[in-house]
Amino acid sequence: MSTTSVSPPATGRRTAWAEGLDELRAAARTEPGRLRVIGAVLALLVVVFGTVAAWQVTNRAAAADDVVEHSQPLTADAASIYRSLADADTTAAAGFLTGRTESGAIRDRYAADLSTASALLVKAAANSSGSPAARAQIARLNSGLPRYAGLVETARANNRQGLPLGGAYLRYANERMRTELLPAARALYDAETDRLAADYRAAGARPWLAMGAGVVAIGALGWAQRRHYRRTNRVFNRGLVAATASSAVVLVWLVAGHTVARTGLTGSYEHGARSLRVLNEARIDALQARGDENLTLVARGAVLTGGGQDFYEAGFRSGMADLAGGGEHGDAGPGNRLGAALALADDEAGRRPVREALTRVRQWQERHGAARAADDKGDYERALAKVIGPEGSTGESFDRVAAGLQRALVHEQAEFRSAADAGRAALRGLAVGAGVLAAAGAVGAVLGIGRRLAEYR
Amino acid sequence: MRVRARGLVNLRAVLAPVASGMGVMAAAAAVLVPALGGDAARDTPGPGRVSPPAATHRTYVPGTAQAAPALAPCTARTAAESLRPSTEDGAAVKRIKEKGQLVVGVDQNTYRWGYRNPATGELEGFDIDLARAIAEDILGPHPPVVFKAVPTNQRIPALQKRSVDMVVRTMTINCVRKQQVAFSTSYFQAGQQVLAPVASKVTAFDDSLRGKRVCTAAGSTGETALRARPHGAQVLTVPNQLDCLVRLQLGRADAVVTDSALAAAQAAQDPTVELKGKPFTDESYGVAMNKDDTDLVRRVNKVLDDYRGGGTKSPWMQAYRTWLRADLPGISGPPSPQYSD
Repeated sequence: MSTTSVSPPATGRRTAWAEGLDELRAAARTEPGRLRVIGAVLALLVVVFGTVAAWQVTNRAAAADDVVEHSQPLTADAASIYRSLADADTTAAAGFLTGRTESGAIRDRYAADLSTASALLVKAAANSSGSPAARAQIARLNSGLPRYAGLVETARANNRQGLPLGGAYLRYANERMRTELLPAARALYDAETDRLAADYRAAGARPWLAMGAGVVAIGALGWAQRRHYRRTNRVFNRGLVAATASSAVVLVWLVAGHTVARTGLTGSYEHGARSLRVLNEARIDALQARGDENLTLVARGAVLTGGGQDFYEAGFRSGMADLAGGGEHGDAGPGNRLGAALALADDEAGRRPVREALTRVRQWQERHGAARAADDKGDYERALAKVIGPEGSTGESFDRVAAGLQRALVHEQAEFRSAADAGRAALRGLAVGAGVLAAAGAVGAVLGIGRRLAEYR
Repeated sequence: MRVRARGLVNLRAVLAPVASGMGVMAAAAAVLVPALGGDAARDTPGPGRVSPPAATHRTYVPGTAQAAPALAPCTARTAAESLRPSTEDGAAVKRIKEKGQLVVGVDQNTYRWGYRNPATGELEGFDIDLARAIAEDILGPHPPVVFKAVPTNQRIPALQKRSVDMVVRTMTINCVRKQQVAFSTSYFQAGQQVLAPVASKVTAFDDSLRGKRVCTAAGSTGETALRARPHGAQVLTVPNQLDCLVRLQLGRADAVVTDSALAAAQAAQDPTVELKGKPFTDESYGVAMNKDDTDLVRRVNKVLDDYRGGGTKSPWMQAYRTWLRADLPGISGPPSPQYSD
């Protein structure tokens, strides 16, 4: 009972395409033909839906993986580079204050900071292929870091000879660090943070195309079943029902899975990445304030601001204001790093180390005031003991502040990881599942139509 | 005829004031020229003067009082004049004795003048030795001296606020400062000088600086002198004069302009640089005190007289040999004091 073309053969040869179209047109006039076309279209729609869903989900899952495995660690590395450089500068200045020969512990800490910075720079360079901005900053850091190290060694050599030229070299090295290396590290951190934000956006973007294709496929299936019902008065065609069910499952799974993933990722951003950013900046502020405090004693009034204040003391004050607000007592208000970190921490385990760091900062400010008073009275030795002494000094307070911030950072990193992993888990299996279910749905649609077609034999 | 007469009358009326003015000028010239010319004639070398390497300096005859009234306006030549020495305990000296300590504003960063030795942690230098000598005279042997590090632009405010009793800090005596603080007699003669590497083509503060990058401390006398007469050099300023040596060593500058004493301190730290030419300005270093402490000024001048006395064995010469001779050779004695009363 095959239908054949009823058009009379033309005088010339016709292309297969034209002949096929003629066949379709003829087929469309008969119910079986129409049924075949409908079956083909339905199968195609379901397969397209499945494909688009799988493709979009794969993209988003890859972006989420990038966030957790790639961008966030690189951002953390950039923060570590920044911290290592600031710590190296602070440690070099501290070494000067202990006299002509530095202690072994300080030398080791300085060397460890430089090697950390170098190693992380190599890693960042290997991973910077997508970001010309990051590459430019890495190049600047690579060329500036050896020169800085050379200046510090010259400072040390002169200091060993007992020459004040050593102090001048140290101040010059500090200036190079502050005006060239730290801004480059900051720009690298910002570039990595931008990449992280881009990955977050890519992972959280709603899969509108897949959802649209799903709606279209289910709509077409519904229309086909309604047409079937109207013509044959049979409500359920098993194949078509199966196809509709599997498409609906894929759509629901897609929407739900993506929403859960989005929630997890947003949570990891709000409660993890943002806190980490503020805490990293707080740590750097603390380091730079400590460096300025050390340099005040190295420079001994050699450099002044325009207003006649000691340059490094003014730097210390502004660093402290950034870190914990302008006051010297009590809570940090908003608008400074510790206050922001406290506001962003969402559980007690995150707030406790920040509060402790704040207490230590207030202690640091108090001890610093005593050291300044001693230095202004001309008692340099006492001021020195109050700054780098083993107990009761600002050095002790600073170490405790750094430890508190480190604990908070570890906690926030764990929170980030768990939230982001929860988000990723929601997307797991969705691509494969969508593909399989869509294939099953297409088969079901074809079988359902075929069942109906079979009635025409 | 009438016109000519009137013209003659007018001419006389015009000439009369001119003639009287010329007469006054002639009289003034007759009075003043011998005085000024006599001044120049007094410029003969006497014992205890600064010798040839500082030849552009003025030389002073010891003990010659300048015939100027006590309230003469300060000029560049008379700036180094101070009050006559005296051993009386006036109000300021009594105050120091009651307090039991002398607070002296010094530098902590100038090698050989006021410098904290990192090995011992103690302050040492030419200025420090002088401050200790003053304290010993006022407070007896092993005096409790408190050294306070004073940044350059806090020297005068610290004295005015009396947070220090005196400032011994390579401070140049000039008329502008004399309006705010009182100075002792000069204890060292210095001047702005050029410092450059030994192998450099720069020879002095002249056209050999053309096209070179010359470094100087911001806001210093050196910067003023350099901007007034740059000799075609590019001026580079840094916050502190020692930073100029850093720039020189790193190849970012070709020469440095600063006080000869500070330049000598820099040369002491780097054997490959040396002072070039001669000092091209004339600067005296003095001990600065609060303007009201006139008895302290007299006491310090007396201490300085003793410090200078004794020829080659004087404390001044001993301090010079300890701290300065290696880099500022050729000084045979301290500068002579000048008194205004």
